[in-house]
Amino acid sequence: MSVSRRKFLAWMGGAGLSTAVGRKAFAASNKHFEGYPDSFGVLHDTTLCVGCRSCEAACNKVNDLPQPEKSFTDLKVLDEKRRTDAAAYTVVNKYESVKKPGLPLFRKIQCNHCLEPACASACFVKAFTKTKEGAVVYDASVCVGCRYCMVACPFNIPAYEYDKVLDPRVVKCTLCHPRLLEGKLPGCVEVCPAEALTFGKREDLLALARERIRKHPDRYVHHIYGEKEMGGTSWLYITGESFEQVGMREDLGITPAPNLTAGALAVVPMVAGLWPLFLTGAYAMSRRKEKIAAEEQAGAVANAIAETNDAAEKKLAQALEKAKKEKEAAIQKEVKKALEEAVKAQEADKEEDA
Amino acid sequence: MHDVIYTLQDFMLHTKNITYILMGVGLVAYVAFWNFLTGKDDDHEAAGKEE
Amino acid sequence: MSQDAVKTKFFPPDRSFYTPVNMVVGCIMAVGLLFTVLRFTGGLSMVTNLDDNYPWGLWIGFDLMAGVALAAGGYTTSAACYLFGMKRFHSAVRPAILTAFLGYALVVVSLHYDVGRPWRLPYPLFWSQGTTSLLFEVGLCVALYLTVLFLEYSVTALEWLGLKKLRHIIHRLTLVLTIFGVILSTLHQSSLGALFIIAPSKLHPLWYSQYLAVYFFISSMFAGLSMVIFEGSLSHKYFHDKMDDTYLGEHDGVVLGFAKGASFIMFAYLVIKVIGIAMDNTWHYLGSGYGMWFLVEMLGFVALPGFLYAVAVRDRNFGLIRKAALITVLGIVLNRLNVCLIAFNWYLPLEDRYFPHIGEIGLTIFMVTIGVVAFKFIVTRMPIFYEHPDYKESH
Ligand code: SF4
Ligand code: SF4
Ligand code: SF4
Repeated sequence: MSVSRRKFLAWMGGAGLSTAVGRKAFAASNKHFEGYPDSFGVLHDTTLCVGCRSCEAACNKVNDLPQPEKSFTDLKVLDEKRRTDAAAYTVVNKYESVKKPGLPLFRKIQCNHCLEPACASACFVKAFTKTKEGAVVYDASVCVGCRYCMVACPFNIPAYEYDKVLDPRVVKCTLCHPRLLEGKLPGCVEVCPAEALTFGKREDLLALARERIRKHPDRYVHHIYGEKEMGGTSWLYITGESFEQVGMREDLGITPAPNLTAGALAVVPMVAGLWPLFLTGAYAMSRRKEKIAAEEQAGAVANAIAETNDAAEKKLAQALEKAKKEKEAAIQKEVKKALEEAVKAQEADKEEDA
Repeated sequence: MHDVIYTLQDFMLHTKNITYILMGVGLVAYVAFWNFLTGKDDDHEAAGKEE
Repeated sequence: MSQDAVKTKFFPPDRSFYTPVNMVVGCIMAVGLLFTVLRFTGGLSMVTNLDDNYPWGLWIGFDLMAGVALAAGGYTTSAACYLFGMKRFHSAVRPAILTAFLGYALVVVSLHYDVGRPWRLPYPLFWSQGTTSLLFEVGLCVALYLTVLFLEYSVTALEWLGLKKLRHIIHRLTLVLTIFGVILSTLHQSSLGALFIIAPSKLHPLWYSQYLAVYFFISSMFAGLSMVIFEGSLSHKYFHDKMDDTYLGEHDGVVLGFAKGASFIMFAYLVIKVIGIAMDNTWHYLGSGYGMWFLVEMLGFVALPGFLYAVAVRDRNFGLIRKAALITVLGIVLNRLNVCLIAFNWYLPLEDRYFPHIGEIGLTIFMVTIGVVAFKFIVTRMPIFYEHPDYKESH
């Protein structure tokens, strides 16, 4: 055990106190988040890890996990690359050393308890919570089993109970959160015989790691894995060889998961807020076009009708004129005829008189 | 919910909760306001035609 | 026209039930039911190859991702017709809405198989809202959009049932429903892509981009349009007797218009895809094996069909349009599978990679078959390809 129980309890008390103080300091800030002050973490010094699998056994015990086929004392298991699964919250893997060929390197894998957990950001029912103690805990009572958390976790940690029918859960290391609340150390830290695991306040662990690197610059790579990776994790690592060499990805970047999705999430309300404007606008414009088209059409029809009317009137007038003239001509003709007849009659009368 | 927000995750949870509610309100308000805005169009059009 | 006249015009007497096609469908249904029983008695591990590295498999990659993209015909067609004033597409709206409604309904059914505790699917909406998740956004929009599609489709069913009053009430909502449908579609089509924005370390850099959401949205447009063309050409073959003169008369115009639209959108898609590569400076990956595969997707399944569409539209070559539509549909499926499965976890050694279980494949075929059967059931009974004579004037 790397920390005395008394010191540990003093820490727990201190955490509560500084949380109260922290309120004031953080109340005003809403843009930059430092995470919970005085939260806990674990420093894993891989140069000290001997690959004994005691931590695996302890984790299995404190979490009441099923007994594996091969016992924890069977070190041949280390020959294959394993990952966390439904029956193991943590596994230790063996890697080849490049610096000293032939010598093995070991690293323990478990949830890193990110300061800004990708799993929590991804879960659509808030099943994950970053607690003020530092642990990222999972609440199976709301989990739907969509497994998006597993897609999201950059460290490939959460596993799923695929063979359960009624109550499959996501499983991952809890940082022994229930034990922390009881004032106990995480099971794995407690049993580590090589002091490769150190529990403490994250701040203190960072200082400790820096100190070790400063004291033994030739022994350590000058980097604390987890200080900044994915926005920082509560579980920290230092190694003697590149992190890639012990199976850790060095290309994750330092952007916290919620920041990755912030842009896409920010667009959502803008679409909901502006699409009605654009779409109704498009609708109104197409309606207006239709209306104008309809009006123009109506106008054209009216014009056409008016034109025909004019033409008809003209024709009528012409016809009337013609008829009038014809009538007049007919009258004149009649008058002329009558006159002529009258003249003829007169002449006939004169002849009779003579 | 904590009075003070320590993580970006919790901050986003808080703001997105509100945003989603506002989106719902906004969408309903859109329909209502459009109806208000165009509510008398038909009357005026009908009147315009009579003149 | 009376009810009887409608019947004799559009519904010739039924043929025999025991056709070869029906037998095959029957077999698929039987196998599907068997796998269903296995899934809900033996758990996911019984019928899937999902593991801790591949929490999402064929059901998400195909049923959800490709299914939703291909059901985009609903919002694109109704938006073109009702919002952008392209009234000449009117007869294409109903088949598109029906396809979309069935597509989304099956997506939701298939999600019940995929999630661990399906009875909790309403939780994100009603119980514990994880609003920071893009999956929350997808879930919310899919649930709402399924409702919208149901209402849009219900007009048809109500005509069939003869419930005039209710039909008129819903019919009057057409505009609001259409606008709402486009908003919801924009949101969830894009958010399906945005689901992967949280995992830059897992998705191959050629497919990962901060524009994933835009890519998914834009590609859903030409996916939807192509699906309408594709579905139309199949329907033409099998349901010709159910189509009225308006549908048949407008059909060529719809095909040409949609092909032209799809082609131009695909052009735009290529442009923004190249810009995405430039933004992330991932040019050098193009030379790798994954780069080749990326180019196959981009050139063979986007650029090629887009160009074929263009040529076909210029020459009024309807056969070529149909071929282009088929390639586009396949291309969308390929793209969604690439993002979700093939380019996902690309760094894992081959033996850790995922290949779907026979149960996953079987149930996926089962879902598609249900969709086709339901489509057939509905178009042979309800006014989809023809207008119900009682409602001819009411739109
Ligand atoms: S390591 Fe993975 S599972 Fe653990 S807190 Fe981070 S994102 Fe979540
Ligand atoms: S599987 Fe459960 S915990 Fe994981 S994201 Fe889905 S609902 Fe949340
Ligand atoms: S902290 Fe607890 S749960 Fe996590 S690996 Fe250690 S013993 Fe297991």
